[in-house]
Amino acid sequence: MKFESKTVVFPVDNIDTDQIIPARFLKTISKEGLDQQLFNDWRYDANGQPKPDFVLNRPEAKGAQVLVAGDNFGCGSSREHAPWALTQFGFRAVISTSFADIFKGNSLKNGLLPIVVPADVHAALIASPGAVVKIDLASQTLTLPGGRAVEFPIDAFSKQCLLDGVDELGYILKRDPAIAAYEAKRVGSVNTLA
Amino acid sequence: MSGTGTNSRPRTIIEKIWDRHVVAEQPGAPALLFIDLHLVHEVTSPQAFSGLRQRGLKVRRPDLTIATADHSIPTTPRGLPIIDKIAATQVEQLGKNCVEFGIPYYGLDSNRQGIVHVMPPEQGLTQPGMTIVCGDSHTSTHGAFGSIAFGIGTSEVEHVLATQCLLQRRSKTFAVRVDGQLKPGVTAKDIILALIARIGIGGGTASIIEYCGSTIRGLSMEERMTVCNMSIEGGARAGLIAPDDTTYQYVSGRTFAPKGADWDAAVERWKKLPTEDGAAYDREITIDANALGPMITFGTNPGMGISINGTVPSPSDIADPMERETLAKALRYMDLPAGKPLVGHPVNVVFIGSCTNSRISDLRAAASLLKGRKVSPNVRVMVVPGSQQVKAQAQAEGLDKIFRDAGADFREAGCSMCIAMNGDQLQPGEYGVSTSNRNFEGRQGKGGRTFLASPLTAAATALTGVITDVRTLL
Repeated sequence: MKFESKTVVFPVDNIDTDQIIPARFLKTISKEGLDQQLFNDWRYDANGQPKPDFVLNRPEAKGAQVLVAGDNFGCGSSREHAPWALTQFGFRAVISTSFADIFKGNSLKNGLLPIVVPADVHAALIASPGAVVKIDLASQTLTLPGGRAVEFPIDAFSKQCLLDGVDELGYILKRDPAIAAYEAKRVGSVNTLA
Repeated sequence: MSGTGTNSRPRTIIEKIWDRHVVAEQPGAPALLFIDLHLVHEVTSPQAFSGLRQRGLKVRRPDLTIATADHSIPTTPRGLPIIDKIAATQVEQLGKNCVEFGIPYYGLDSNRQGIVHVMPPEQGLTQPGMTIVCGDSHTSTHGAFGSIAFGIGTSEVEHVLATQCLLQRRSKTFAVRVDGQLKPGVTAKDIILALIARIGIGGGTASIIEYCGSTIRGLSMEERMTVCNMSIEGGARAGLIAPDDTTYQYVSGRTFAPKGADWDAAVERWKKLPTEDGAAYDREITIDANALGPMITFGTNPGMGISINGTVPSPSDIADPMERETLAKALRYMDLPAGKPLVGHPVNVVFIGSCTNSRISDLRAAASLLKGRKVSPNVRVMVVPGSQQVKAQAQAEGLDKIFRDAGADFREAGCSMCIAMNGDQLQPGEYGVSTSNRNFEGRQGKGGRTFLASPLTAAATALTGVITDVRTLL
């Protein structure tokens, strides 16, 4: 994963999954079309018309693949619909000072990079919406408009999965002998079929 | 398997349960963790079942899996059809998936149906020492029994269905010690709201909390579930409480609990779970229960909480510009003035329910205040039991009559207005006092404004029509 994009900036802390995609849109049984409801209640007015002053509705946001948001992005529910909606809209990375655990895990499984940067880098990005940044997963670097390269953390396993296209379920299925050996020794106390 | 008890280093209950469930661990990769119980509901599972079908996979352990419907179902009388066609399709799909993959399903016609975090404990499925997952962040509820229980995404739901395992990174350990005696009118809900107000909604990120101390020991299982339920609102991966006699007494005799010699053997294993003397946590904090009052939230996340007789904080008192704007934005959404008390603020709706506070003791607490009184004519009051079992128990005790006589609506079991994807919701601009767990913008209905509080505070507010300190009515 190596790409260059302008940023869209949401200078708000604790953006929760109910804002990213409200629960009433989770009645679907598919993953498709969720980009329509991304940030629905901030994006549309009571008549369903786009609010012109909302950042994603502005012409300059078109084509942006990087979202810069406040601290603790993605807090709240475990809904994977949140990264599904973000990636379907076209985002490939979110930059913040921290992410909620479940959102972070869900994002990494869907090719959406949760990039944690130090407070000074974050403040600079918040202050310059539309800045063009470069992201290179292999070298774990975010390059700012001035050319400064900032290293970002990502766990080695997730990085390898994203770079090599490793399918996590396939990886676990290959551990079947270990799972079977564990099950053979395991002492359980519940049987839901009983 | 690593760390099966031969380690000399003292371990926390969190490490003991974790170590016992590691199937494989390779350098540079997360541990493969075995899951003892997988809870499934209609909202976060359909895409996972589709994934299994696409790969031609089966459910590996249907005997460790259970499903129920709760999130998108109406709480209107059960004979009525689900009017929302999209929700009806989702619920119907869960039933079909369970038949196709051989998973037991407590659907709308089952007397065991209930919120996915209320039903398993009452059926005896939630037991100490287990690993429990569900595609729902409030899975932390089950930690009340001394298990590691956490919410997962739909990709992980598919992983567990197919393999009964998950790739997981070890969490940090966080001890929250609560000591002292709760004063009248102060409840388990107030403990957890006070904790989140203190550590913030990201304060527990990457951690599993162990709640301990004399106050926690004195809580009933239902109160412990309320505390553990909201661990996620402090950002924690999970929250748990070591099992003790209170735990064993609760589990004993329930439908899926071990029986006879199996029970004795299980209790022997469970007694080895508690944290050993000298075990170290990554972080520890202490809360003085003697100093706690009833808590209520004023803003748009669960960390924005104050003592009921406190005042709403002012953005002008906050130095950091982003934090200041976050608070200002919350107060604009809530349409509340800074620096003023919440007591006396009118509300339109009172909701008593959700996986946080919909168990029989919560309903008893609310009924104790509403008995022989009338709710304010300005307030719509909804009481939604967490399960069919809770509903039946409430009816057996005559609580349903107390609620109806007081002018409250007593409904069928489900998530209801906690998540507002089932017809139960606040209207734009309405204020609600809610016993649920989230006050995010629009959480309880687009434009709706939520004050989170205990069942006692909710019932007191229902009677007066304005936010009320329950201690004035005791």
